[in-house]
Amino acid sequence: MSKKVYIGCGAGFAGDRYDASIPIVNEFKNIKDSKYLMFEVLAERTLAIAQQFRIQDKSKGYSPYLDFYIEPILEDCLNHNIKIISNLGAANPIGAAKRIIEIAKNKKVRKPKIGVVLGDDILNYMDEDEILNSPTMEGLDIKHTKITAANVYLGAFPISDALSRDVDMVIVGRSVDSALALGPLIHEFKWKPDQLNLLSSGTICGHLLECGAQVTGAYFADPGFKDVPDLYDVGFPIAEFHENGEFYITKPKNTGGLVNKATVTEQLLYETHNPNQYIVPDVIADMSQLELIEYDNKVLVRGGIGHNKPNNLKATICSESGFMAEAEMSYAGPNAFLRAKLAIEVIEKRIQKIGLQGKTRFDIIGAGSVHFSSDEQSSYENNPDGDYRIRSAGFYVKKEDAEKFVSETYSLYCSGPSAGGGARTSITPESSTASILIDRKVIEPQVKIEIF
Amino acid sequence: MTKFIELPVHSIAHSRAGDKGNVSNVSLIAYNKLGWENIKNNATENKILDIFNHLGATNVTRYELPKLKALNFVIENALGGGVNSSLRLDRHGKTLSSYLLYHLKLNISFDMLPEKSPYIAHFKKG
Repeated sequence: MSKKVYIGCGAGFAGDRYDASIPIVNEFKNIKDSKYLMFEVLAERTLAIAQQFRIQDKSKGYSPYLDFYIEPILEDCLNHNIKIISNLGAANPIGAAKRIIEIAKNKKVRKPKIGVVLGDDILNYMDEDEILNSPTMEGLDIKHTKITAANVYLGAFPISDALSRDVDMVIVGRSVDSALALGPLIHEFKWKPDQLNLLSSGTICGHLLECGAQVTGAYFADPGFKDVPDLYDVGFPIAEFHENGEFYITKPKNTGGLVNKATVTEQLLYETHNPNQYIVPDVIADMSQLELIEYDNKVLVRGGIGHNKPNNLKATICSESGFMAEAEMSYAGPNAFLRAKLAIEVIEKRIQKIGLQGKTRFDIIGAGSVHFSSDEQSSYENNPDGDYRIRSAGFYVKKEDAEKFVSETYSLYCSGPSAGGGARTSITPESSTASILIDRKVIEPQVKIEIF
Repeated sequence: MTKFIELPVHSIAHSRAGDKGNVSNVSLIAYNKLGWENIKNNATENKILDIFNHLGATNVTRYELPKLKALNFVIENALGGGVNSSLRLDRHGKTLSSYLLYHLKLNISFDMLPEKSPYIAHFKKG
């Protein structure tokens, strides 16, 4: 029998279901092969928020959801040799490791041995000028901004190195999401950096797992057209990876959801640009020759091709930008559409009159809000009577301007068209991001593993 | 004679949208081989750019994955600035998959539809 490795994914974004990993862990209890459980919880801008937490309290800055994900499965994972791989570390991976050891102590289970990957936070070894003058790949001009976070996307080899130190789990900050799966595969199959087709298959496997249930029938259902059984109880994904680079995507028994060629193909192309060149630090993965073979809630994926790894690594820079101001108010019943239109006209003229300068947008929810704004002709049918909700949005550098903006919607209660109700307002601090490229020779010597 | 009816591409393909910065990618995946031939021949870069024009799109690049019966469209500047600066409700452009499925209208024949498709009703009328 050739060697197999199992990898489950218990979270696909910060805020994913906290109990999703439990059916995976239960399934893994009966499996003798090596087993890993990944949690991916770090979106592009989550790190900037985490940095703020760390500035306020040095022990914090790891994912604020850490306890919710780790607490329910820690004991079972330690008892059944299921290794956890996660970017729960966010802006403070060491803090995350310490918190997990604390959770173990509180639960009176043995102290886990944790490998921590450091080196993604480039503010620790590059000065701000160097960062601001790097070539910008995408995003805003960052030259005149105050940086709040700057993290480079690391690859899978540091995770594999940490695993070779005989740890129970590996915590990282910023790594490419797919590395959370590729790291264990490199470690288990002893892949070398030049085994490009295998690294590509492992990356594609990680890419399919990294959004959790998005590959097992979630974010897929379209009733009558694409039906998914028991979506409320959707099973999160498990990959069964074979030595030759072929792998199956499946889900735990007795869970809802669906795994077929359609669900796998949707996730394969999710956030993919050129499918012949899916770039991660360890390889450039080519999906063009992939073949999918469908079984009962199980899909075999094979045919990943790899090209040489890139010379530069991508880093995301976050900086403070201002405040997003949003406010909503409903108009319903006869002639509601025109009353909603009038409400928007009132707000627009008022902010002009009081001299509030800034970028704004107005929507009528129910008539056009995500595909069309209120000043565009929607291609969907709109009735004059109905149940509509206006939304006003504005961006302001100063918080007091954001407050003035939302008050113009709120004041429609007494000063707007007839019968508006249900006003809600919110003001959210915003950070802007940019992506830059950094020579990997600058990064690689800075990557370290610490064991706790 | 095969009967063709103009219908949203929703009838023969499914889609998911993703974001990176101010760039959206929208896939288009056919349910069967005939549907694939149709989208491969008719879902052109120009048509997609036209459809996404009012959202600010400036360029569309199309990638083909024949083995998966799938197209992938990379649509530049369609996200109103992207997740950190857009004033849109849907800052990630997650709903743009449905936008494409509705607004791209193609000539559809019965055998391009998946089994049990509600669109079958269109072919039973008259």
